[in-house]
Amino acid sequence: MNRLDAIRGGTPGQDHNARSIAALAANPACDRRAVLDAAAIDKPRLMRRLRFDDRWGQSPFAIQRNQQFTDLVKANGAAHLLRLLRTLLDLPIEEAGYVNLEDAGGNEGQVARHGHTRRVIRQTAEGRGRATILDRPLLRLDVAGAQVYLEPDVIAFQLGGVFHIVAIKSFAIVDDQADTPKVSAAAREAAVYVHALRELVGRDLVSHDVILVCPRDFTNEPTATTVDVRHQLVTLARQLSRLTRIDTILDRLPENLSLDLDALSPAQIEAAVAAVPARYAPQCLSACELSHLCRREAHDLGHLDALGRVVRDDLGGIESVRAALRVATPGEPVADDQAEIAERLRHVARLYDEAVA
Amino acid sequence: MSLLHSYVKVKARERGRALPRATVRHVHLAEAPMVFVPLRLAGEAAAPLGAMVGTDPRRPTLLVVPQPRNRDLRFQFLADLGAVLLPYIDRISRQVETVEAKTPFERCLDAPQIVVPSPGGVEFAAKLGRSSRFRRTTGPYAVDPAVPMLGRWLTFLAEQSEFAGSSLMVAMTDLLTAHWVTGQSAVEDADLAALLGWIDPPEGLTGPEAAALADDPLTPPAGPDTHPEFDRQELQKAIEHYDVTGSATQVEEALHGQLRPTWDRMWQAIGLLAALKESPGATTRWERDRVHVALHRAWIDGGGLPQGKRDSAVAAAKRLARLEAAQQSFEATRAFDDPLVMAEYRADGVAFAGEVVAVDLTRRIVPPGGKREVPRPLVTIETSDPVRLAKGKKVRSPSRPRQSATITSLADRMVTVQIDDGMGRGSQPAEGSVPGVGTVICYTELDPGESRRAPLPPREETPWTHGGPPPDYVPTDDDAAEPWS
Repeated sequence: MNRLDAIRGGTPGQDHNARSIAALAANPACDRRAVLDAAAIDKPRLMRRLRFDDRWGQSPFAIQRNQQFTDLVKANGAAHLLRLLRTLLDLPIEEAGYVNLEDAGGNEGQVARHGHTRRVIRQTAEGRGRATILDRPLLRLDVAGAQVYLEPDVIAFQLGGVFHIVAIKSFAIVDDQADTPKVSAAAREAAVYVHALRELVGRDLVSHDVILVCPRDFTNEPTATTVDVRHQLVTLARQLSRLTRIDTILDRLPENLSLDLDALSPAQIEAAVAAVPARYAPQCLSACELSHLCRREAHDLGHLDALGRVVRDDLGGIESVRAALRVATPGEPVADDQAEIAERLRHVARLYDEAVA
Repeated sequence: MSLLHSYVKVKARERGRALPRATVRHVHLAEAPMVFVPLRLAGEAAAPLGAMVGTDPRRPTLLVVPQPRNRDLRFQFLADLGAVLLPYIDRISRQVETVEAKTPFERCLDAPQIVVPSPGGVEFAAKLGRSSRFRRTTGPYAVDPAVPMLGRWLTFLAEQSEFAGSSLMVAMTDLLTAHWVTGQSAVEDADLAALLGWIDPPEGLTGPEAAALADDPLTPPAGPDTHPEFDRQELQKAIEHYDVTGSATQVEEALHGQLRPTWDRMWQAIGLLAALKESPGATTRWERDRVHVALHRAWIDGGGLPQGKRDSAVAAAKRLARLEAAQQSFEATRAFDDPLVMAEYRADGVAFAGEVVAVDLTRRIVPPGGKREVPRPLVTIETSDPVRLAKGKKVRSPSRPRQSATITSLADRMVTVQIDDGMGRGSQPAEGSVPGVGTVICYTELDPGESRRAPLPPREETPWTHGGPPPDYVPTDDDAAEPWS
């Protein structure tokens, strides 16, 4: 991993989290994101240095609301959570051992905390210990050759012998319905925790049903539902396995590549980022801090991908705006494998010109 | 979406300017649309932060909630919003005409039209409606009478907006993308400032340059969500200032700065849409909107209860069927009204156009199930469109929407259709009832008529598979006193 540290240089790094892994898995072919994440580059900081508007921070009001709600759910030894789990998982009354894993004997380091989590989880899985709710655990996952620490909200342990991941989110469930994109984002994030916990204790001991705790209607009262994340797990596992090994990508990069944000000038940073190929698609705009930079670059190069998945699929095989328009122009020579799309595009171009005339 | 749409996107990218997607306006624009730009507090489901609302571009009404976590202030906001919206809705919806028909029915002379910046605005309006329509005006937690009434109308308007082609509550970004194609992705088109930048850039700027300005920190988002940086740097301080001094001026100034640019863009966009000629279908759909408003008005005036929280099984099935019918009819009518929309269907092979090259007027057959011979002329059209319709498919033409025809044969560039009706009662087709040789004509499988639907059982006969007859919904005291965080 020395090479990655060298790329980051003296600037403090920023660790992976479940959200960034989910985002990484959403675009597995993007070398740029893979390298920057593996080298723990502080992407928001990078964008600020390049004078891009930072829309990534969360609003202080949202942070405050989230914190208040999480505190409420976890207050008094997670009393609310226990009550909800009893109805949802048929947890017997006596099974109510709350353990806070944050404190690993005064040792705050990630390695120590993770070790402590592992010990407690193993004990619980083997039937020793009475922990039902494990608060603030620290899991570890191998992502493309890099070790990543993850902190799920809570892990609940059911007497039936199966662990459940609990996700506490502050978006409301109004009349039993929640905002679909928010639920999907929560499910993708929870799937990362399920995956990491399965690596630790084995597949059969971790449920694919995660427990989503949200405020009900317009109140602060928590309500819980299960969300099946099997689909997200399959996707995640496939994407993680497809992630190119980071060393393979590094081999393709210039030898003295540096992204030391504190040491370099904006122009140098931009050149260094440009040396790592990106794979931009409009979906990146909601998932990646670098998206605005990659978008500008993609448009400068006239990439069709930047116009969206539909356009890319409709014009399958054509790479750039200019190439597409050339293929659509009658009389221009085209390659054999583009003969069919050329014929269709030329027809469409004629239809359009007729209709607007 | 079609290949044509993708092609135009590429072309727009190259031009650096949006290109037309329609030659007429497929939405009705009210004489005085009510523009409503709401903002919400981040992290909350339905905590209003402020709004700019009104029918006069030069004189918007600014409403703010100086401390969004204060329930009383939120209700005050809803009451203030009601004081703007309800007189507008009442004035328009109380002028009713009776339409003569087999069963005469009432229709408003005009209807209210609320224009919000984006689909998120419609959703937020629905949430505001949900959080206020059950409120009581007497007893504990009593609220201003305008609050539940506003909730009921917002709920009604947001529900109507789900029906394709309804113009009662519309999202501006949806309207613009239905009429123009930009050179950016659908994700970016959801941003009003970027979208408008492509369609109508300021003097001296190209579309992409103008759209890039939308990413500038100085351009506020169109809501309902605010920019996190704005929350951190301005709003938080302004709210603290209110908490300490009780003066709302700072919050008002901050929100005015966020809302005014979007407000101006909304009117700019209305101007662009108004410049297009309204399609006949849009006018017809607006007539239906006016009937729905009259029905809801009568329901409220007759003492009807507020809309329930969830539909019963039968109501849900009916609603789904109506949504589907509206969608199908809207798509077909749009194509019949507009050759540019039809071109998208031609590109995809579900419509074709060309010149009539042969007509057999004398053909007579005994139709299946019939006894007598009747005229069924054949018309052959030469087309260069990639037809993907099959033999036996029923088709219609925008130039003869009342006449149906059936495809009888398809050969290289030649399509033959049999004319099935609309030829008079004689033994020969009436003069001009069959397209003649040399006519340029378009046929498509789209049908603008509302298709017949299978009848659904009445509410009291809901089958057990769907939970049996549902109990009547009556809002409870709990609903009225529902606490707000």
